Amino acid sequence: MIPRPFAYHAPETIPAAIALLSDYGDLAKILAGGHSLLPMMKLRFAAPEHLIDLGRIKELRGIDMAGDEIRIGAMTTERDIVASSLLAEHLPLLVETARQIADPQVRSKGTIGGDVAHGDPGNDHPAVMLALGAHLVLVGPGGERIVPASEFFLGTYATAIEPDEVMTQIRIMRPPAGSGSCYAKLKRKTGDYATAAAAVVLRMENGRCAAVSIGLTNVAPTAIRAEAAEAALLGRALDDAAIAEAGRLASEGCEPAADLRGDEEYKRAMAGQMVQRALRTALSRCTG
Amino acid sequence: MAKKTAVSFRLNQTPVDVLVEPRELLIHTLREKLATTGPHIGCETSHCGACTVDLDGISVKACTVLTVQCEDLDVLTIEGFAKGGQLHALQEGFMQEHGLQCGFCTPGMITRAYRLLQEIPDPTEEDIRYWMSGNLCRCTGYQNIVKAIQYAAAKLRGEAVATSHPLMEEVTV
Ligand SMILES: Cc1cc2nc3c(=O)[nH]c(=O)nc-3n(C[C@H](O)[C@H](O)[C@H](O)COP(=O)(O)OP(=O)(O)OC[C@H]3O[C@@H](n4cnc5c(N)ncnc54)[C@H](O)[C@@H]3O)c2cc1C
Ligand code: FES
Ligand code: FES
Repeated sequence: MIPRPFAYHAPETIPAAIALLSDYGDLAKILAGGHSLLPMMKLRFAAPEHLIDLGRIKELRGIDMAGDEIRIGAMTTERDIVASSLLAEHLPLLVETARQIADPQVRSKGTIGGDVAHGDPGNDHPAVMLALGAHLVLVGPGGERIVPASEFFLGTYATAIEPDEVMTQIRIMRPPAGSGSCYAKLKRKTGDYATAAAAVVLRMENGRCAAVSIGLTNVAPTAIRAEAAEAALLGRALDDAAIAEAGRLASEGCEPAADLRGDEEYKRAMAGQMVQRALRTALSRCTG
Repeated sequence: MAKKTAVSFRLNQTPVDVLVEPRELLIHTLREKLATTGPHIGCETSHCGACTVDLDGISVKACTVLTVQCEDLDVLTIEGFAKGGQLHALQEGFMQEHGLQCGFCTPGMITRAYRLLQEIPDPTEEDIRYWMSGNLCRCTGYQNIVKAIQYAAAKLRGEAVATSHPLMEEVTV
């Protein structure tokens, strides 16, 4: 299994990468960790003539914080995320998610930017980006624009990134103190994509739900928010009945595709279960 | 055919230069150009881990890395483990604890376990199972692989080691 021939470019700066993208347009593809793109190229589902490797651009990698905003370079690997003490303290949801992605070797190479930019509804970060209200920094020949995750995922393998743009950074506001979160993923084995998974960010006040966001993985053409479930939870105590109703509403909002992981009915049911599981765990992690 | 590119890296601490097409995968360069056939091709789809090598201090699947991405990096394969006729603690552990049967997965297992023990010198069984989950074995059922890694971990920490395998007691390393 060998990809079709291509020319390889390894620019050292963001402007150099954008210049290459502008020169080659649709013939070019960005290479990040390569763990979605290279498998597709080996299967000849993708056959770019120019591969632009971002691996030498040091400023694209790293995690830091500006005020309450956490900034993650697009080339930060899943391994970096799992090992980050900053994220463990301020954004444990991302660490919990990354730990459930693929296996150690894949996480050594795979990047958060690539996971989001690929537009695969089976990838785990997109639903988490929706639940966290992340913003994605896209840089092209005309400069920089910042796109909210809610406007980023347009369809399977389709995102708001233009062919001459590079995603440079992911920005996430730290959830308010006292919030609890959870990523609950059902998979058949290590290295499998989710049958269904749910990301929950929750805040309680006086025993009632003050804020909640729920993102779902692999149960629609893109990652989606479970808006009906969120609306039903607001202002309520999270007792068994409220959690069960949220699960039911979330599963009704899914449009899963049948595959080897199960038929539509099963996946819808599992999405509901993952929402319930993530809500219960997030609730147990809320303080105050 | 696309233009070839010269790539230089260090393979088991020896500098090497190869001329490759950009599309060439590291596993093919190692096996076909550098006579380094320890890393195996099990699936070629990034799943099995038989092709695992250590690339600049991280475990990667060499079937999912381009050789051109390795310019100036350090590549470690199973060939780099035994020193002066002396097996590495992991190799000894896999032997003493019967951590292999057909041996196909073993080079990848040991190379991955090496990095795991660099990062977690005293892993629990749960740590080993989680951090070794990118390597599949069709023979052993994993139990003895876990023991082999525990054996090596203890030896690398300077502790006394003994095989738990009843038939291995009389065999000397
Ligand atoms: C065995 C296996 C199991 C896996 N399991 C999971 C899983 O459970 N969950 C999961 O989420 N993923 C999984 N993956 C996918 C993996 O996480 C990929 O690493 C990830 O989807 C893509 O990230 P990457 O850095 O490898 O990107 P690449 O493969 O290099 O790129 C992916 C796409 O995004 C584009 N792109 C990448 N970076 C940028 C950027 N900065 N700006 C603009 N465009 C960009 C590329 O052009 C390409 O089209 C698995 C992969 C394998 C091989
Ligand atoms: S051959 Fe590389 S993971 Fe199986
Ligand atoms: S020993 Fe045969 S595959 Fe592991």
